[in-house]
Amino acid sequence: MDTIEVSNLNRQFLFRRSHVGLSKAKVARDAVLRFRPNISITPYHSNVKESHFNVDFFKEFDVVLNGLDNLDARRHVNRLCLAADVPLVESGTTGFLGQVTVHLKGKTECYECQPKPAPKTYPVCTITSTPSKFIHCIVWAKDLLFAKLFGDKDQENDLNVRSNDTGNSSEHSADVFEYRKDEDIEQYGRRIYDHVFGHNIEVALSNEETWKNRNKPRPIYSKDVLPVKMTEENGNTEKDCATGDVSVMAFLSLKNPQDIWSLAENTRVFLEALRLFFSKRRKDIGNLTFDKDDQLAVEFVTAAANIRASSFAIPLHSLFEAKGIAGNIVHAVATTNAIVAGLIVIEAIKVLKKDNNNYRMTYCLEHPSRKLLLMPVEPYEPNKSCYVCSETPLSLEVNTHHSKLRDFVEKIVKGKLGMNFAVIMQGTSILYEVGEDLEEDMVAIYAANLEKALSELPSPVTSGTVLTVEDLQQEFSCSINIKHREGFDEEKEPNGMVLSGWVEAPVYKDNNKPIGNGESTSNTFPSEEKDVEIQEMSEGTETVTGKKRKLSKVDENRNQKKPEKLDVDDEDDELIISDDWESLTKKKRV
Amino acid sequence: MNGEELTEQETALYDRQIRVWGADAQRRLSKSHILVYGMKGTVAEFCKNIVLAGVGSVTLMDDHAVTDSALSANFLILPDENLSHGKTLAEACCDSLKEFNPMVHVSVEKGDISTFGVEFFEKFDAVVISCCSLAKKKLINQKCRKLPKRISFYTVDCRGSCGEIFVDLKNYKYSKKKLEETIECQLEYPSFEDAIAAPWKALPKRVSKLYFGMRVIEQFEDIEGRNAGQTSIADLPGVLKLRKELCETNSVNESQVPDALLERLLIGTSEFPPVCAVIGGILGQEVIKAISGKGDPLKNFFFFDAMDGKGLIEDISKPRHS
Repeated sequence: MDTIEVSNLNRQFLFRRSHVGLSKAKVARDAVLRFRPNISITPYHSNVKESHFNVDFFKEFDVVLNGLDNLDARRHVNRLCLAADVPLVESGTTGFLGQVTVHLKGKTECYECQPKPAPKTYPVCTITSTPSKFIHCIVWAKDLLFAKLFGDKDQENDLNVRSNDTGNSSEHSADVFEYRKDEDIEQYGRRIYDHVFGHNIEVALSNEETWKNRNKPRPIYSKDVLPVKMTEENGNTEKDCATGDVSVMAFLSLKNPQDIWSLAENTRVFLEALRLFFSKRRKDIGNLTFDKDDQLAVEFVTAAANIRASSFAIPLHSLFEAKGIAGNIVHAVATTNAIVAGLIVIEAIKVLKKDNNNYRMTYCLEHPSRKLLLMPVEPYEPNKSCYVCSETPLSLEVNTHHSKLRDFVEKIVKGKLGMNFAVIMQGTSILYEVGEDLEEDMVAIYAANLEKALSELPSPVTSGTVLTVEDLQQEFSCSINIKHREGFDEEKEPNGMVLSGWVEAPVYKDNNKPIGNGESTSNTFPSEEKDVEIQEMSEGTETVTGKKRKLSKVDENRNQKKPEKLDVDDEDDELIISDDWESLTKKKRV
Repeated sequence: MNGEELTEQETALYDRQIRVWGADAQRRLSKSHILVYGMKGTVAEFCKNIVLAGVGSVTLMDDHAVTDSALSANFLILPDENLSHGKTLAEACCDSLKEFNPMVHVSVEKGDISTFGVEFFEKFDAVVISCCSLAKKKLINQKCRKLPKRISFYTVDCRGSCGEIFVDLKNYKYSKKKLEETIECQLEYPSFEDAIAAPWKALPKRVSKLYFGMRVIEQFEDIEGRNAGQTSIADLPGVLKLRKELCETNSVNESQVPDALLERLLIGTSEFPPVCAVIGGILGQEVIKAISGKGDPLKNFFFFDAMDGKGLIEDISKPRHS
């Protein structure tokens, strides 16, 4: 369903500049027909998750080749290919790294047999009070400040949350961010600036405990960085072509996106961007979510993140770098994609020839391992405890008197199991479902059920109950054995639910996870107090070697290592894989 | 591009790759000139990659007329008669390549490359040759090496499911970041002639059999006066005989060059498109590394065989005489 963008053209060679804005599927089809006129190609400019692409649709194919860019879609297609019993060739690339894997139902692992790592998230307090890395500042600028100023006003926002929230000044802060009628934009901008970079920092400083072992931030006030007179003098000519093309940089003669701006320059960008949003894009305010292709938004977030970084003595970054972080941009080149594409076709041809004994997973490395730049590995047998392809029942520990059905749906069904259109049943009773052709009274019953505690549902869910969760479109069903438990550790198990039989994916350093399986770093701000530790990946784990597959009981938020590992090296792009790849051949093979 | 900065257009177009190798590397690429000889499928893939990457210029050489067989693996040649009629392979590819990136200057050079003097090669930063006899490879390599300027030299050949790349960067100095430090590296590469003169017995036992296979076929074509790739399964007896002689001369077991492999190489005179993509990709990345000065270049052979799926590097050179 994607359309062509300029940044695609460095590698997606079927597209030309004149195609920017057009459907990828359609243009690709036309381009291929130019050099191979006799192939039947049908383009669908749509989302693969649409109901039209059901199991019957997939059954028509001999092989499916994925070139998706997000985990959710990949899981979805994986389930459909399993249901349709159609071989799937999966792949991904990031920079110089890439991989190709083949999945055949019953013969090899499915795509979800080895759980894929969840996107990295950060503790709330790190973002709101104690940032130590630039990325924390970006998350703050994007998900808090930008969202507060330009996003949906009704959304919960932690902007004024402090680590020890003694006084509740939420009323005061609501006033602060609200733009007053006929207020001078310049004044408004400075007011916001001073509040978040000055006042809020001073408040944070007042809590001595926080700063015992940390460097204290310094409050920054706009008048000290940029005397009021200066901004008034600053030019009236604006360079904007269309509303969407409004940009501060050209206006301020900050041409090079690779330059690192000074605190004063960042301040100017901050104030100017704010002014431009209000003067040129007033109607957008209140509806905006951050979009990396929105130049003004990127400028604002860069400036805001840099000012905060300055306050906390964190190195500043260029717009180019900030955009990459904020926009989860996956770096990509034509060569790796070409190599992986070739490897995909080689596997696909084997599938079509039913060359069952020669399927391979192939890893494309940046640095050779034992002389190998392209490393073939035999596929593994299906994981017997994979709840997707082996239909192993899961277990859920939950306080059935306190937790509501809604919690179960959000945290488990959607959050963990990746089912967006699920039917939840106990035996033959349907507790909840979504659909277009439901009768009104059923819809009402389901809505009411969501708000009930599990034990109080029409078909009570208590210890020993078995729930069946099905996604009809994915033709995928899962059994969950319920066990009642009274108490849960607030810190380690904040969801109040523990799912097991589910092998939790470890959270990786960005650069060391399976390549290009989804958005490389997600800065999605956690809605709960989720304290996810970042674990250094040691040799011999994951990606190439595969994990031991013990049925492990895993807490919702397993703390894997001590906090000192939080210092992630952003520079090192190396994929650490096991040097001992020959030992892989001793694993259980197909 | 003017001056030292990348233009806004370049920054937008190359954004995703600048995030891989940086703006400096991109600038260096945009000033580079590449010579490419022999326009078959693998080289077509390679050219596509470097044009997309934004090199300064690409000069193509191949005076063969466009034929149907070219269409089987060279996606730059369009089946439309009107577009390819009367053109050489280089000319047809040139037209297509220009479309991929209007900022790259793509042109055609005609003539017999063996007759070009050393001065001809001086204007290039990298030279890639394919579909070449043994004699021609050595000759062009020597001409490049004669120049005081360092020219990155590559040969590439794909036969069926197998591919080989050879790299000669002469004396290559580059720096790289390791943790917080910058370390200076230097690599010395043998010429093609010197590399393949390495006695087989002196090579490590586990050296890719494909290396030997390619050398046998190469020698066979040389002795028989064939053009590159001009073999068939009918040549098998002759090839096996040559293998026996070479193995005896080199004091290695004939099993180092399996029959099955030689058969595959003889039959596989046409290219297999996915292998072209793989080899063209690896080669593209090597040339980009050498021009940008960023990244460890491979030394000095790369082999890929779709049958076992391994893409490996072999370091093959004549041992120094004491």
